[in-house]
Amino acid sequence: MTAIQIADAVRRGERTARSVVEGYLAAIDAREAEIHACNTVLADSALAAADVVDAAVARGEDPGPLAGVPVALKDNLCTRGIATTCSSKILDGWLPPYTATVVDRLVAAGGIPIAKTNLDEFAMGSSTENSAFGTTRNPHDVTRVPGGSSGGSAAAVAAGFAPLALGSDTGGSIRQPAALCGVVGVKPTYGLVSRYGLIAFASSLDQIGPFAQNVDDAALLLETIWGHDRMDSTSIESEPPALGRSGDVSGLRVGIVEELTDVDGIAPEVRAAVERAAASLKAAGATVDRVSVPSCAYGLSAYYLIAPAEASSNLARYDGVRYGLRADGVDVADMNAKTRAAGFGPEVKRRIMLGTYALSAGYYDAYYGKAQKVRTLIIRDFAAAYERFDVLLSPTAPTEAFEIGAKTADPLAMYLSDVCTIPTNLAGHAAMSVPFGVGAAGLPIGVQVLAPALGEPVMFRAARALEAAAP
Amino acid sequence: MADPISPADVHHVAKLSRLALTDNEVEHLARELGGILGHVADIEALDLDDVQPTAHPLPLENVFRADEVRPSLDRSEVLAQAPAAEDDRFRVPRILGEAP
Repeated sequence: MTAIQIADAVRRGERTARSVVEGYLAAIDAREAEIHACNTVLADSALAAADVVDAAVARGEDPGPLAGVPVALKDNLCTRGIATTCSSKILDGWLPPYTATVVDRLVAAGGIPIAKTNLDEFAMGSSTENSAFGTTRNPHDVTRVPGGSSGGSAAAVAAGFAPLALGSDTGGSIRQPAALCGVVGVKPTYGLVSRYGLIAFASSLDQIGPFAQNVDDAALLLETIWGHDRMDSTSIESEPPALGRSGDVSGLRVGIVEELTDVDGIAPEVRAAVERAAASLKAAGATVDRVSVPSCAYGLSAYYLIAPAEASSNLARYDGVRYGLRADGVDVADMNAKTRAAGFGPEVKRRIMLGTYALSAGYYDAYYGKAQKVRTLIIRDFAAAYERFDVLLSPTAPTEAFEIGAKTADPLAMYLSDVCTIPTNLAGHAAMSVPFGVGAAGLPIGVQVLAPALGEPVMFRAARALEAAAP
Repeated sequence: MADPISPADVHHVAKLSRLALTDNEVEHLARELGGILGHVADIEALDLDDVQPTAHPLPLENVFRADEVRPSLDRSEVLAQAPAAEDDRFRVPRILGEAP
């Protein structure tokens, strides 16, 4: 059943939320040992929440548009009194004193948090292999990665552990795992969804967004969580744009981004999937052309200076004083350094070091300053492209899911997994991944639909058309 | 092109980052950071003198809240998560003194 069907059935009293939750808990029970999508399964609190929903229905009340729908939460979203680890030893055992706005909103709509999902530590990675609590496996082939950093959320939806999940996307961390796991993943416009209670990685790039098994379910979850929040000063004040439910693309102008598609490293069958996706939109009445967004070629470089720089600042808070791990030291500075050495994994240390270096005296202008200027170029080039096109297309990820361990020894090779998704974050735009066929190994391929800021309505229209045409 | 990163550079940045590193980590990081910076140095060739930097994708203005009392986090709940607390405060090791 889709999330929409579950909520309809629960609201009409045709199914109990308890039976829904029990069904998904049984699915988790059957395959979690093999997949390891979850850091924490919230069995007791999910059943209790289901009973609250069922009681409301019994009283003749409407529990809301997500009535009885289980939702898996990436374990960097704070949940009051429930462990929130970021898959890091430094936060192992921490119980947040508050709940993220997105979680409050989905619970208020009748949704039921069912698990906290695994991620690359502090969302830094593209395979979920950087977790301090073990690797998540791709449900389609357990010898392969699910992508990352929201690999646990993507795998949970793909494995049927939950019909919906939330992740966060700083450089592709929702879209890339969605592509590798064969589900829908959305990175909304920067500022559209409140980040209050999302543990910060790179604040000028981070966004929360939905995973779902189909486009309309993703729209339902996005509509539930978005909108202004006084607790997030970067949240957009204007009303969110209505997503509609149309898949009509007649007259839509679609551009295939050359710099993200026709380049080395993109697998031939991934490029072929983008071509077939474009052809299907054309057959449905859209016009299709190629477009150059030249500065996208520098996106990866700009990102791997800006994101670590911001991370080095955001992660300064893990100092062994207020929460989380503390190691013994002779004084505060020594305690700080030993706590951070013991609590952070290798990739997090690498990015803190890279970011601190890029911000340090003598290098600021050459690295961080220059990367911020590249960001301006990317915004400018996208603006020019959107004068001629309504949406853009590209691969979501260069390849289908790779083998576990294949890229762990080479940070640069891992970083290249995000080459197609990063420009959207740098621009603050919207983008989503829609499953579109399989690759040489028979594993899912995702096609990325890109739209300008607050272009979600047209992006979802194109996504519905792709979903309808997908092989 | 980016200069190679020396172990002394790594030690300096580790100190700024408050990270205690092993010799093995220092050696690895010198090589890895050098490799990553060598890759991202492609932007050094761009002529960006006339381009304004973007710090943030939204045109942000500072947000002020009304000066009114609202509930805040529960103090005992917050302090219960601290590695050490005493008298309603976070307890830390010595701050001043004969630090190395």
